[in-house]
Amino acid sequence: MTLLAMMFFSLLLSAQQKMPQMADTFRQEGKIYVVIAVIAVIFISLLVFLVAIDRKVSRLERKVRKNESDQSTSI
Amino acid sequence: MKLKYLYKFVGVALILYSLIWGLLNTVPRLDILNETIRNVYYHVPLWFAMLFMMALSLIYSVIYLGSTRQKADTIAFNAALVGFFLAIPGLLTGSVWAKYTWGTWWTFQDPKLNGVAISVLIYLAYFILRGSVDDPVKKGRIAAVYNIFAFVMMFVFIMILPRLTDSLHPGNGGNPAFGKYDLDNNMRMVFYPAVTGWILLSCWLLELRNRISALNQKIYE
Repeated sequence: MTLLAMMFFSLLLSAQQKMPQMADTFRQEGKIYVVIAVIAVIFISLLVFLVAIDRKVSRLERKVRKNESDQSTSI
Repeated sequence: MKLKYLYKFVGVALILYSLIWGLLNTVPRLDILNETIRNVYYHVPLWFAMLFMMALSLIYSVIYLGSTRQKADTIAFNAALVGFFLAIPGLLTGSVWAKYTWGTWWTFQDPKLNGVAISVLIYLAYFILRGSVDDPVKKGRIAAVYNIFAFVMMFVFIMILPRLTDSLHPGNGGNPAFGKYDLDNNMRMVFYPAVTGWILLSCWLLELRNRISALNQKIYE
């Protein structure tokens, strides 16, 4: 009788040790790739913007440098 | 490939890797945090990059005090600017994380959060101080001295004080930093590259700001 009671008790305990809930079903359905795609798209678009700014600054630098050399070589 | 392009490419690649693999890899299953533990890959590197930028700002402020080369002052200002604009998403990502794990967007009971708020105000005051002085040499000198105090205060308020008292923020109070107990080797594979990537990206942003400052100077000379 006590053995039965102990078995039930241990079963109860194991029920408390449920694994912390994670997004497993979400992943199994492949939805995680949608999240990744969205984040990647946002990041890559910001990157494109950053590269464009970098290029624009380079162009301006070249222009200013050319202006300076023109001024210094002109009589 | 030239070095000056390489670091930008590496930085961006590392961040992209952390964005993708950070969502896919296996993480420890912990209560309360659940999947949000992945925010470690994004929230923390932002702050590391900010600290890096503020440290650079401090270094260039000190260089300016020693040499009074105007360029050093400009770099110090730009570094503080980039650092500030890294602190903002750092705060926002932390706030969102707090909403889902602590149940609130913000709390004034937490020493780390208070420390961060104070530090933000301190650096805001740095920018206002710069704006209030016209003469460039005076501006640079006052700003440089203030920067030294600002960095020390920030470091104390966000890295030292919170660790000495009770805090719910990981890494402070009684909580083990994510580095010891909760950051397993799987997470380290994403975390360290992410930190490196964001630091490199912040260097790119600083470089752009510096180039723009130099252009501004040349044009308005």
